[in-house]
Amino acid sequence: MRILLDKFTKKFGNLTVIDEMDLEIHDGEMVALLGGSGCGKSTTLFAICGIHKVNGGRILFGDRDVTNVTSQERNVGVVFQSFALYPHMTVEHNIGFPLKLRKESASEIKRKVDEIAEMVHIEPLLQRRPGELSGGQQQRVALARALIRRPDVLLLDEPLANLDATLRLEMRSEIRRIQQETGITAVLVTHDQVEAMSMCDRIAIMDEGKIIQITEPKDMYENPVTDYVAGFLGSPPIAFLKGQIQDGNFIEPSTGIKMPVSKAIAGSHAGREVRVGIRPEYFHPAGGTKIKGKVSFTESQGRETLYNVTLPDGNILRSIQGSHSPVNIGDDVEWGIDTAHILVFDQDGMRI
Amino acid sequence: MSGNYRKWPMILFLGILTAPLILMYIYLFVDTVTNTPPGTMIPNEFTLEHWRFLTETIPGRPSIWLATWNTFVFATVTTVIVLVISSAAGYSLSRLQLPARSFFLGGIMVLHAFPTVTLLIAIFLILQMLGLYNSLAGVILVKTSLELPFGIWIMKGFYDTVPWEIEMAGIQDGATRFQVWTKLVLPQVKPAIMALGIFSFLAGWSEFILPLVLAPDNKVQVLSVYLAALIADDNNFDMALFKSVGVFYVLPVIILFVFFQNKLMNIYSGGNKG
Repeated sequence: MRILLDKFTKKFGNLTVIDEMDLEIHDGEMVALLGGSGCGKSTTLFAICGIHKVNGGRILFGDRDVTNVTSQERNVGVVFQSFALYPHMTVEHNIGFPLKLRKESASEIKRKVDEIAEMVHIEPLLQRRPGELSGGQQQRVALARALIRRPDVLLLDEPLANLDATLRLEMRSEIRRIQQETGITAVLVTHDQVEAMSMCDRIAIMDEGKIIQITEPKDMYENPVTDYVAGFLGSPPIAFLKGQIQDGNFIEPSTGIKMPVSKAIAGSHAGREVRVGIRPEYFHPAGGTKIKGKVSFTESQGRETLYNVTLPDGNILRSIQGSHSPVNIGDDVEWGIDTAHILVFDQDGMRI
Repeated sequence: MSGNYRKWPMILFLGILTAPLILMYIYLFVDTVTNTPPGTMIPNEFTLEHWRFLTETIPGRPSIWLATWNTFVFATVTTVIVLVISSAAGYSLSRLQLPARSFFLGGIMVLHAFPTVTLLIAIFLILQMLGLYNSLAGVILVKTSLELPFGIWIMKGFYDTVPWEIEMAGIQDGATRFQVWTKLVLPQVKPAIMALGIFSFLAGWSEFILPLVLAPDNKVQVLSVYLAALIADDNNFDMALFKSVGVFYVLPVIILFVFFQNKLMNIYSGGNKG
């Protein structure tokens, strides 16, 4: 079901956390709300499920205005960060609890619980209590409980934050599989860009209560609208250099290196201070525009190796290379930048 | 733990220290079923005459069974009311945005620390006016209200440990706030309810000063008052009878402790094992 936030505003006391936010989530789509802590992403989630009352604007499920509908009547499934399973009930009763509240018959509940347990692969665990389950299993139970009422919307609040690294990887694909199998509209709240990029159809990146950009993961990675977005996505992160635009080139002041920029930028920002962002994969020995620096840090990540190269003025460029280059910390290197892929931002951080 | 020091010096030390207490307990029981001639500590005959109060009513006293029944009613009704009110009030103070919440919290602390005896005369006058003097109902009301601050405070502490997300999940699953409380939150604080229940029952069972002042009449007498009257009676002074009634009075307490001591410990460790 389509979700529409129309000029949604949320205040806590005198503090406006979210001001007139617009967001449309299409039917069957999975959207990530991505941002650092305090950016308003969880507030948005709790407004959609009805735990927070909104202070302005509307929330629509399909064409139904649910702004003033209680949580109980919204038909939204939520998976909480801590899973919030009921410790005194067995897995079967946990999952069946929403149906029991609706006074469905015991046999009907049993049938539906078995069905959903099969989908999330927890059939052998139905008689256990949450305390006897591992983190990943608890996560599956929480998913099953959220899905059993066939909700219009599935909301996931940092669902992977409490899992260890291996489980996180496994549950990432599991959640995506279940979402696609059920075709349910889903919203994922996360601060982890990898989760957002790997699980979702679109990402809405938030900062200080505003959506800065909403688009597909690949597009957001390649075409960030601000330096904040560029810095948030990608691991290891993008590196920024300050400099000036002159005669169609970006001039790096400490080395004097020139990088050609597009005609439009050259025209509109001639002579002005700008920042360019260079992703680690576009700075390597085979790159086009050479730049000199000293290797200040290396980190082997197994398949790839990450290098930090310090320029004469102390700025750092990052490079990630597949094959292990024979360089050590302290070596002087001259590697190249693929200037076709540099991202140029003005002084306010906006992409130009 | 026990491998790195010798046990017997510790056992000897503790043994000497507790020997007087243990001796007293032993004699408390032995004296109820024997007679001992004056000037010696060794009993010379076995007898059940000190337990005669079980089958016959001692002149001028209520039947022991009536007193036991009164004590039981007093302790049970107090416990039930304390449990019902504490679990509701504790939840409200822990979770709901009440007007004057901090005032109530502070008030409960003050009342909890307030010495009961100082209120005795005022309570006496109030009960007198209400016509509840010399009735079980009156003394139950008083005992309950004096127990409540402790109960509410304990329950609030336990509710505070229940995660909010469980309540949010319940709301999301379609439960009303009342259902969330009864079906999801109350089961989480069951250890506290058990502990508080036993605690209140024992407090009611051993309460002495309130029934003595507010309900001394034979018809509504409880065991503690019965016992006190025995020893206060200078004309028919019978130490062995007093001890027998004492053992009779303390037996339920010991039994409760033996069965429920683990549950009772919860109240001090605040345990929510999730």
